[in-house]
Amino acid sequence: MTVASEPSFLPAAEPSFARAHTSIRSWLLSTDHKRIGVLYFFATTLSLALGGVFALLLRIEHLTPGPTVMSAMTYNRLFTLHGVTMVWLFMIPSIPATFGNFLLPIQIGASEVAFPRLNLLSFWIYVLGAAFVLLAMWLGALDTGWTFYTPYSVHSPSAVVPTLIGIFIVGWSTILTGVNFIVTVHTMRARGLGWMRLPLFTWAIYGTSIIQVLATPVLGLSLLIVSLDHAFAWGLFDPARGGDPVLYQHLFWFYSHPAVYIMILPAMGVVSEVISTFSHKNPYSYKAIVYSTLGIAFVGFLTWGHHMFVAGMSVFDAGAFGALSMLVAIFSAVKVFTWVSTLSKGSIVLATPLWYVFGFLILFMFGGMTGVAVATMSLDVHWHDTYFVVAHFHFVMVGGTLTAWLAALHYWFPKVTGRLYSERWGLLGFALVFSGFFGTFVPQFLLGNAGMPRRYYEYPERFQLLHVASTLGSWVLAAGLLLTVGYLGHALWFGRRASGNPWASRCFEWRTSSPPPEKNFSAQPELGLDAYDYTTPWPASEERA
Amino acid sequence: MLRWFRMLFRLPPGASSFADGVDTLHLFLIGSTLLGVLLLSLLTTYFVLRYRERSGVRTTPVVLASGTGELLLVVGTLSLFVLWWVIGYRQYLSMRRRPAGAITVYVVAKQWMWKFSHENGALENNVLTIPVGRPVELLMTSRDVIHSFFLPAMRVKQDVLPGRFTTLWFKPTAPGRYSLFCAEYCGISHSAMLGEVRVLGAEEYQRFLADSSGAHSLAEIGREAALKHACFSCHTVDGQRHIGPSWSRLYGSVVTLSNGEQVSADAAYLTESMMDPAARVVAGYAPVMPTYFGSLDSSEAAAIVAYIRSLEQGPSSPSVRLPEVVVPPLVASSEPKGDLHP
Amino acid sequence: MNSVRHAAQFQSLAQQDHATRLGMWVFLGSELLLFAGLFALYAAGRVAHPAAFHEGVAHAEKSIGSLNTAVLLTSSTTVALAVESLRRERRAAAVTLLSITIALGAAFFCLKLAEYGAHFRAGIYPGGAGSFFVSHGTPGLPLFWTLYFVTTGLHAVHVCVGLGVLGLSAQAIARGKMGGERAYVLENAALYWHLVDLIWIFLWPLYYLA
Repeated sequence: MTVASEPSFLPAAEPSFARAHTSIRSWLLSTDHKRIGVLYFFATTLSLALGGVFALLLRIEHLTPGPTVMSAMTYNRLFTLHGVTMVWLFMIPSIPATFGNFLLPIQIGASEVAFPRLNLLSFWIYVLGAAFVLLAMWLGALDTGWTFYTPYSVHSPSAVVPTLIGIFIVGWSTILTGVNFIVTVHTMRARGLGWMRLPLFTWAIYGTSIIQVLATPVLGLSLLIVSLDHAFAWGLFDPARGGDPVLYQHLFWFYSHPAVYIMILPAMGVVSEVISTFSHKNPYSYKAIVYSTLGIAFVGFLTWGHHMFVAGMSVFDAGAFGALSMLVAIFSAVKVFTWVSTLSKGSIVLATPLWYVFGFLILFMFGGMTGVAVATMSLDVHWHDTYFVVAHFHFVMVGGTLTAWLAALHYWFPKVTGRLYSERWGLLGFALVFSGFFGTFVPQFLLGNAGMPRRYYEYPERFQLLHVASTLGSWVLAAGLLLTVGYLGHALWFGRRASGNPWASRCFEWRTSSPPPEKNFSAQPELGLDAYDYTTPWPASEERA
Repeated sequence: MLRWFRMLFRLPPGASSFADGVDTLHLFLIGSTLLGVLLLSLLTTYFVLRYRERSGVRTTPVVLASGTGELLLVVGTLSLFVLWWVIGYRQYLSMRRRPAGAITVYVVAKQWMWKFSHENGALENNVLTIPVGRPVELLMTSRDVIHSFFLPAMRVKQDVLPGRFTTLWFKPTAPGRYSLFCAEYCGISHSAMLGEVRVLGAEEYQRFLADSSGAHSLAEIGREAALKHACFSCHTVDGQRHIGPSWSRLYGSVVTLSNGEQVSADAAYLTESMMDPAARVVAGYAPVMPTYFGSLDSSEAAAIVAYIRSLEQGPSSPSVRLPEVVVPPLVASSEPKGDLHP
Repeated sequence: MNSVRHAAQFQSLAQQDHATRLGMWVFLGSELLLFAGLFALYAAGRVAHPAAFHEGVAHAEKSIGSLNTAVLLTSSTTVALAVESLRRERRAAAVTLLSITIALGAAFFCLKLAEYGAHFRAGIYPGGAGSFFVSHGTPGLPLFWTLYFVTTGLHAVHVCVGLGVLGLSAQAIARGKMGGERAYVLENAALYWHLVDLIWIFLWPLYYLA
């Protein structure tokens, strides 16, 4: 029986990336992709917290059918801010800019991304954009919904322009990061590492980056025009001045549909990694995962009209968009089948990251299938702009992306921090998050069926029971998330030290120390053995957490 | 079965001819989803239990996907998705194709109320009264921002746009009072823009018509509006060609546009011609009609359409003989001709 | 001659060359999508208001527009020649050709400003403001002109960025910091300039000729 050669992650003589330099300046102006990933982590998590607070407030307002704790205008501004903050300040950058930044070079055996200084610039551009959005909040925020439909957004006397400028700027960060990652994967791979040997998380980030680069400019353009219409009454999207508001919708959704794939593809990458690692098993079909990733990235650009089935487009156009939406759904279905099949004949260890992935599987199946449901044209006529759609996208974005983000957090926590957290607390956190999520959003499917429209400050009394249930669920979800912050924070200082490979994974990032040194690997990275080759035993010393 | 399904999933009782079909498709889809999720969850649970790590064993065999298996799964799932798309498309198509004999109601949405104009001249605010068992077509426009007309019980919804007319039709199948919601965020009182559709039995509806019919029918109101806005400077009602097409026999006829296309001169087209006249100009006429967006109250526009419709069968009254009007050829000149140009 | 050092994250200058070029191409992809949105708006507007768009084009400043086309096309030629010169280590020639390119780009910008001035004098402002629209009431005409201003304005912003990038490159070459082995930096700058030119080539017939 052959034994693989010693992986090169024995404790390095050099300091970890976190200890190599210790001044504040060395963190804030670092060109080390790992430090930039950590910076992004804090910035995006703060945004998550802010968006989460908005959500909790909204749900408290919904405890009663009439006014509860706030005025209508406050409510309308809060749901807009919740959407804007969550989508652009958390969901889009969360996995790619944090975990992607940290892991991408390591997973391809490189010491850095292609353009480290551009990487730093991307981060500060993100911060500048976020600052504008915060400024807009301070100036009274806006009430248009995160979709800014015209002509209302053109005429609403609120802080529309600063918000749009903020998002425009954050868009630049997204594009530059996307360029950086694409070039990195193309040109910085270690010798001998072909495309079809790349870790699946790398593929996911690559596919995401393509969408980021191609879709975001269209958002920038549409928001720029809305700003001009709002500030100077140029009327390009204002029917009162000869413009076409439906055209705005086309342009907006041309970006915003691919944007949801920016949000889910990295999450899917995480799921692929965690399933393989914790079942100690090769993916059931590596190619299926890769091709479905590229399929989503491409076909995702062709489906935007399914947000506009009742907006006034022709039956033919609606039909085409509906059909293409079915096609894009198949790619996700393929992934789900592949993930579940990977477990077969594995050697499965139950741990917090895997629990989160199981949660992801269930919630993403519901979220994805309700996506197929709303893509079914006649059904969408009833569900459009109701809580059904709200529940659908929260299932995929929270049940999908946030759950995978939590999985990633728990999976790579030892790699980034060099510490282990308590498995017991991890499980409790998961139980609270999962049940809290269910409790929050399943009632919302039912609310949507019953006809409860979205973005409603007040609602008819008959919907109250379901609303109260949803609010209670949100408190459980929030408790789970707070608990997670708590025990992870504790582990940061007091957790047991982690070895280079506590999960006994074969993926490349586990072949260096935890945390990695500044240059990622202390010697030449040992990438001869495949990232998903669990057939060859390793020395016993490295197979223990 | 549908009744049980509706109760369990909080769907309002179906009150239109669309509801049963839509809810059945819904049941099919959600049922399949729940079944699929259950199966995959059971399979996952089985794998986790069966392939739990045994101490000492840390290697696993390489398992590669069977090509046929993958293909079957993909084709099977895709077929299911496509089937749902087909059914949904056909239902959607029927939702967009109004049947003959529909009652027409003109709807104006504005921040934050609904205004309904019936053909008999009746005007209603926020309450729409219609008879059971007859299809009703709504011709809708907005005075300001985008709204959306949503009747959960009827399973219908359509955005209502400023500067354009959108249509929605349905056939109520049960008398009752049904919630009307605005389903597109339109400002501070969006959630207060509520309304009601009252579906009456045939006799009751006749009584409603008799009681509500104004001194003037909608068509008469339309004629007054046309006079007031000087429409007759360019349009005749007796078939004579003038600056603009005659309104006699216009409604519902097929007209040829300047670009060769043919359209039906229905309510939507006629209203568009008032709001955005240059969009689709009848062949042989100069594009000189000014827009009435903003100057014509939407109920006036609706009334004028009703008046034009009343001329469907022919001219209404004898009129004077107009002099020949020389229609300028449609060249690509930037300077519009004629002293009627604003 | 000093051998040029590559940046620390790369293994060789060749890798750096390859990576930077690929990066520029990918970035240009995003720029292309930006303008594609504007062209999509034009197409929609033209389908909705054919007469107005016809009328709008008729009032365009065709001579300035055509002159600008010639200016940009020439500048693309000179920048390509500059790249070739630099590859052959003929730095003086490269700097001269770059300077001509920049001068032509600046000329484009000035012509554009003059053209906007002509529009304003004729009473054509974005948003349908201005006396021109009082006497020319074809519906859709303000839409044409507003789109014109937004598209050409955004294009002019890109011209300025391109000029800046070219200027920095010229400076670097003149100071001996960019030679033949780092010609790819200038190539990337030239690529950006070519995109600016390409956008104009599409813009010109739509707003001036059709």
